[in-house]
Amino acid sequence: MKPCAFQFYTPQTLEDALEALWEFTEEGLSVKVLAGGQSLMPVLNMRLATPDVLIDLNGLENVLNFIIPDNDHVRVGALTRHYQLEASPLISRHVPIITEAERLIGHVAIRSRGTIGGSLAHADPSAELPLVASLLNASVTLRSKIETRTIPAAEFFLAYLMTSLEPTEILTEVTIPTLPGRSGQSIQEFALRHGDFAIAVAGAQVTVDENSCVANARLALGGVGPTPLDMSAGLELLIGTQPQLEDIGRLVKAICQDLEPDGDIHADSAYRKDLAETLSTRALATALQKSRNK
Amino acid sequence: MLEKSMTYRASYTLLVNDQYYSVVEVEPRLLLADVLRDVLHLTGTHLGCEHGACGACTVLVDGRPVRSCLMLGVQAQNKEIQTVEGLVDPGGALSPLQEAFAEDHALQCGFCTPGMLMTAKFLLENNAHPSRLEIREALSGNLCRCTGYQNIVNAIERAANAHSAIKGSVAEG
Repeated sequence: MKPCAFQFYTPQTLEDALEALWEFTEEGLSVKVLAGGQSLMPVLNMRLATPDVLIDLNGLENVLNFIIPDNDHVRVGALTRHYQLEASPLISRHVPIITEAERLIGHVAIRSRGTIGGSLAHADPSAELPLVASLLNASVTLRSKIETRTIPAAEFFLAYLMTSLEPTEILTEVTIPTLPGRSGQSIQEFALRHGDFAIAVAGAQVTVDENSCVANARLALGGVGPTPLDMSAGLELLIGTQPQLEDIGRLVKAICQDLEPDGDIHADSAYRKDLAETLSTRALATALQKSRNK
Repeated sequence: MLEKSMTYRASYTLLVNDQYYSVVEVEPRLLLADVLRDVLHLTGTHLGCEHGACGACTVLVDGRPVRSCLMLGVQAQNKEIQTVEGLVDPGGALSPLQEAFAEDHALQCGFCTPGMLMTAKFLLENNAHPSRLEIREALSGNLCRCTGYQNIVNAIERAANAHSAIKGSVAEG
């Protein structure tokens, strides 16, 4: 199908974009902000969204496309494309899980256009970058004409395809903590074919102390709830230990016990839960292995 | 001020296969694929699913493969677009990649072929000697529903070998 008719606005400055979004919204028009279009364009083509106005951010490459190290964080502009993240030496050194995640995102043509800001704002709970943002508790900067606020991922993802972005706000930047010393990261997913939407996906980060005992462990899951789920709270039992694969498996099983994922045509609830356990165990074990090699 | 710069109709210039085209007074909602096919009458680019799943409409934008159904025509201004029509040389001879597709029976109905060719062109430009696994991974975003993928992989492998054979003979000569 084809998109419905809309008015098209291409701001050349961020201020112009924020002003336009503010005014159109005030006028009661429905507005969509277009970044890479790899999620929004299908939604428009299928007429699941029929906005009055489309504001295209692609004229703002010069201000919204960047990867900048900043102490123990990396700042990434919302319009940074997947292929750029995939190829960035800075990202592979400081947030290697993103390099791994990018290889799982769609296909090469999707990665040519799709952006980090678009992926987070779309908030598909089985998508890779929302999972990584939740795992690392990255923060997002949301700007409107009158206000700029920076909030953690945990407060950004509200429900299936729903975020705390206000109608007058644009996501402009993502701030991601860098990999600490003696740490490893891993993302594991299951999809029907390479590049398809994940049925379930798990991400983990493990830090060990000088005795190779776990000092900190984080785990997040996608595809098994309305948002990416931070499961880290259940991992305290690993602290101070040198867990074997069976120990991790046992703990993960306990943590995942209360999951109640929705089933769909691709996988029923029990299968998704099973995948969540297997992928979590793999992700934690792989991250632990990597942390010991650092 | 905003009213004026809002567009219900758009006129723009596109650079397709090294040739400039004027697109006059069209709705901005026209997809790049629609502009190529219906306005510029470059119907070599095929439109299958219209939501980015099948890959038939893949073209190169500034040298990278892009779904022309997931980009608006108006967004392709000031970019260099390459479509399947641009693969043949000015005399009309098929490119080595197209020759290899013909040789290996890598197409049957031909619907997916433009997307396959443009995706393969990008692959070979960035990796002159891909393994069969790398070829399969590169093609993973392009669906074929009749020929099967084996011959398509064979053809791309043949094109890569032919290319290095040509290079080799030039080096020797």
